[in-house]
Amino acid sequence: MAFQTLLFYLFGTVLLAAATAAVTLRNMVHAALSLILSFFTAAMLWMLLEAEFLSILLVLVYIGAVLVLFLFVVMMVERHTPTVHRRRNYRIVASAVAAVMVAELGMALLAPDFSPAAQPPPAPLEYSNTKALGSVLYTDYALAFEAAAVALLVAIVGAIALTLRVRPDHHRQNPARQSRVRKQDRLRLTDGRSEPPC
Amino acid sequence: MRWLNSLLYLLRSLSLWDLLRGLRLTARRLFSRKITLRYPDEKTPKSPRFRGLHALRRYPNGEERCIACKLCEAVCPALAITIESEERADGSRRTTRYDIDLFKCVYCGFCEEACPTDAVVETDILEFHFERRGDQIMTKEDLLAVGDQYEEQIAEHRKSDARFR
Amino acid sequence: MPDWMADLSVWLRVGEILLGAMLILLPLLAVVAYYTYAERKVVGFIQMRLGPSRVGPRGLFQPIADVLKLLTKEVVLPAQASRGLFLVAPLAALVPALGAWAVVPFDDGLWLANIDAGLLYVLALTSLGAYGIIIAGWASNSKYALLGAMRQAAQVVSYEIAMGFALVGVLMLSGSLNLAAIVQAQSGGILDWFFLPLLPLLLVYLVSGVAETNRLPFDVVEGESELVAGFHVEYSGSAFAVFFLAEYSAMILISALTAILFFGGWLSPFEGTQLAQAVPVLDSGIHWWLLKTAFFMFCFLWFRATFPRYRYDQIMRLGWKVFIPVTLIWIFVLGAARYTGFTG
Repeated sequence: MAFQTLLFYLFGTVLLAAATAAVTLRNMVHAALSLILSFFTAAMLWMLLEAEFLSILLVLVYIGAVLVLFLFVVMMVERHTPTVHRRRNYRIVASAVAAVMVAELGMALLAPDFSPAAQPPPAPLEYSNTKALGSVLYTDYALAFEAAAVALLVAIVGAIALTLRVRPDHHRQNPARQSRVRKQDRLRLTDGRSEPPC
Repeated sequence: MRWLNSLLYLLRSLSLWDLLRGLRLTARRLFSRKITLRYPDEKTPKSPRFRGLHALRRYPNGEERCIACKLCEAVCPALAITIESEERADGSRRTTRYDIDLFKCVYCGFCEEACPTDAVVETDILEFHFERRGDQIMTKEDLLAVGDQYEEQIAEHRKSDARFR
Repeated sequence: MPDWMADLSVWLRVGEILLGAMLILLPLLAVVAYYTYAERKVVGFIQMRLGPSRVGPRGLFQPIADVLKLLTKEVVLPAQASRGLFLVAPLAALVPALGAWAVVPFDDGLWLANIDAGLLYVLALTSLGAYGIIIAGWASNSKYALLGAMRQAAQVVSYEIAMGFALVGVLMLSGSLNLAAIVQAQSGGILDWFFLPLLPLLLVYLVSGVAETNRLPFDVVEGESELVAGFHVEYSGSAFAVFFLAEYSAMILISALTAILFFGGWLSPFEGTQLAQAVPVLDSGIHWWLLKTAFFMFCFLWFRATFPRYRYDQIMRLGWKVFIPVTLIWIFVLGAARYTGFTG
């Protein structure tokens, strides 16, 4: 058994355990933290596949940013949430979706692309998959890449537009305006004599 | 004019002008003279009017100054002074008890000012402590002992301040 | 026994890595200890005080006394706290702050690991440090700690974007994610260092670095005037010491990275001149890196003593409405300059 194989089984076990915990734990913060652990171990598995750029990006984007926001929301939820009412029809739909996903994964795994024989030879030491990924992404797939970027931008703008409510009766500070205030705007130096009331 | 002001503001904030000025100020302070006093080794000078630990004084012939007039007891805003007196064999009035509770005392110095004979004074001693409850009540003997020990200093301070009294 | 276990060279490599990690971490711990001393001295001096001066000559043993005090104090577990997470949180803060040092190049050829995506690795690990604080804030079961954790979450997400964009500029000029290659791309003397073409990005990076490490003026996470002590209200003794260690090693890391990314790491400012050839000390070497790092470490303290704390909404505005536009514009300018061949 090679060292890599040992690591693979270690990370695989942790990944499965964390993923199971993420869907079964009652405490939502614990569940979110298990999700983070499972993402992290998944990143480690990618590292074993020599996809270090994608692996670090997974840590940076998903763990470093997306799940922070997840936690942000989840932490505001009360600690002991009441149990969700289970309804039968959800279970049917859920198991149908799960069955489809299992079937798809099975088909993908059985395809010749995933057989051990199809594994690419180990890359030479100076091979940089960051560079390789970049050159493919910005040449062959430039259109798809830009389309995805635009879709994300639209989603951002849409999310803001949907949630932004301007309340005229709501007093709020404008930090930009506050920080522009200069001494002359607020402060008037007098010579100390009393002045007639204006 | 407004856009010019906006432009000036933009340039000013993007060049971090205000922040750099702040940094320059603190950088100068870094090298300025330090005002820390390393207390038990170094001490600030005290005024002769400093109001610290109390003392009862005596005349040069050894007779205690206090005549038990109880003016200090009356003036004390914190009711920290307790005096009992009796007539002595020579017909003069003297205290049999003169207690100052230093926990009650607010060190206002009224007793000192009320005293017609300069008997009760406040010395410039500020480093004193008590280890047992009850010790904070300075009895007549304690106060006279303080006075005897520091008489020279007390007299000097009264003398230097006499001009203003 | 699997055959790789019998292979001596594997174990030698493991030993080598462990030794290297020790050689980095032990001096780092010593520097952290004396960084706290330097902080108290510098801030004291700026406020015209003397700072610690009692323990040992000129107070030089003060950090040792502090460490002993912290280690011998009791770690109090709040009654309603989430036990496991409460104890994991300090480690979650410390491990990324120390782990990032694995890829830092100290001198030409002097590094523990020279990985290809080193810059991304560092960025990923510094963002992970936030989890320690978030978990600590939630697990303490205290409203102040929770508020600190929420602020941390929002602050990290906002400033990480600006920080990442600032590093994009470094990537565009150096053409590499490898930290050693980035330093080598700056060789040729002080005018070839990246801080000149990337001046706005340097400022954004430095300020975001201060914000990421929760130092003043961005320490709303602790904000003692509002949140008592923020996320570490409930921590005491060695658990608190670990947070302390994480914060200070993160500060040193940011200083080290600023020196590497923008100021040519181990390169000498006189590189290539006759002066450098005549006087060996002025030639490139680890001492230049140490000097630059020390300067930025001093800047952290200097900022702390100078600027008052930002209000929380001002921090958010600065991150989103000032830094991100500034970096985006400068990246565009850099791109245009490269495209037209203005820079190499």
